[in-house]
Amino acid sequence: MTTDGWPLWEVFVRSRRGLSHTHAGSLHAPDAEMALRNARDLYTRRSEGVSIWVVPSTAITASSPDEKDPFFEPAADKPYRHPTFYEIPEGVKHL
Amino acid sequence: MTAVTAATTGTTGAPGVSDTAVAAEQAAYEAVFDAAVAADERIEPRDWMPEAYRASLVRQIAQHAHSEIIGMQPEANWITRAPSLRRKAILMAKVQDEAGHGLYLYSAAETLGTSRDELLDKLHSGRQKYSSIFNYPTLTWADVGAIGWLVDGAAITNQVPLCRCSYGPYARAMVRVCKEESFHQRQGYEALLALSNGTEAQHAMAQDAVNRWWWPSLMMFGPPDDESTHTAQAMAWKIKRHTNDELRQRFVDIAVPQAEALGLTLPDPDLRWNEERGHYDFGPIDWTEFWAVLKGNGPCNDQRLSKRRQAHEDGAWVREAAAAYAEKHTGQHGEGQA
Repeated sequence: MTTDGWPLWEVFVRSRRGLSHTHAGSLHAPDAEMALRNARDLYTRRSEGVSIWVVPSTAITASSPDEKDPFFEPAADKPYRHPTFYEIPEGVKHL
Repeated sequence: MTAVTAATTGTTGAPGVSDTAVAAEQAAYEAVFDAAVAADERIEPRDWMPEAYRASLVRQIAQHAHSEIIGMQPEANWITRAPSLRRKAILMAKVQDEAGHGLYLYSAAETLGTSRDELLDKLHSGRQKYSSIFNYPTLTWADVGAIGWLVDGAAITNQVPLCRCSYGPYARAMVRVCKEESFHQRQGYEALLALSNGTEAQHAMAQDAVNRWWWPSLMMFGPPDDESTHTAQAMAWKIKRHTNDELRQRFVDIAVPQAEALGLTLPDPDLRWNEERGHYDFGPIDWTEFWAVLKGNGPCNDQRLSKRRQAHEDGAWVREAAAAYAEKHTGQHGEGQA
């Protein structure tokens, strides 16, 4: 019996109330409940979290392998979406 | 450690595509990889990477992961005989951390397309190594302190630069490991200090442990630079950031004043401050011992491996029961193969 048949789970931890869950790592477990328990032991041994999500890795749809691909290009030529794009006369406040 | 585990991309010699087209595609991928490494960007699991880079990482991460879980044995040896409840609780937490470190690292290796079972198989059959340091026995309680101070201290010296390793999942695992190692080193130092300040017999016990662990700790940094087969390439790929000898020197420089504060000596008559170099000089390392232990002839090689195999076999029924339970209650078992 191996653990290879055990699904891979991605672990997301909320470090404290008011913050969103952040990806902490992954682990193998036979089911969701064991994944949660293992995640607690593996990723929150020092009170790093107040809430944990476990998600089967296969349930995640990712953008294309190359993280620099044209998928993200439409955002690259629109600097006017950033506040620093605009020139404001010196001395104008609260803007 | 990433949302999606390894999938090799590119280099698909689809039928009908000419060799030159494949070669051009390969060169383009390689250029992107080289530029990312040169710019100190991180390589992520689904990026194209040279096969040799992948293999080198798998070898290094696997050896690192194996070291973490084999390293549980020499210390676990003392859990039942820890001198106080406080020390016992600390030691259990430390040994549990080592298991956790092993899991972070196996996860990182899995992102490269190598399963944990495959890696464990290679460990159990002796085809992959773990750090030689764990083939030495823990003869007294003071050894637990010496391991924390020296062995974990050497490990930290090695691991801090790995937090900037070019491979993202390995670097992220190391950040987590380094945070936790600091407790390991300090608890060891504190335990040794208590012994050193204790009775004459306790002081002697601490000194004896340091005498035995000092040289093997220096060997943990690996062979000298001119004999290290992997260093040059690993540094070009920014997997490693410093050579073995640089890190060894850094560790010696840190350890000498720490030993003084402990009131203990280090077993090296040649150890002295070199004003000109701004470093401590130290005596020659017995590399014949290093190679002998590496080849399997250390005091505990057989014991460590057979205990690991036995633990794995003894745990089989637990894994089977968990899988059977999952299948019965959720039908989840077998879904989502990595």
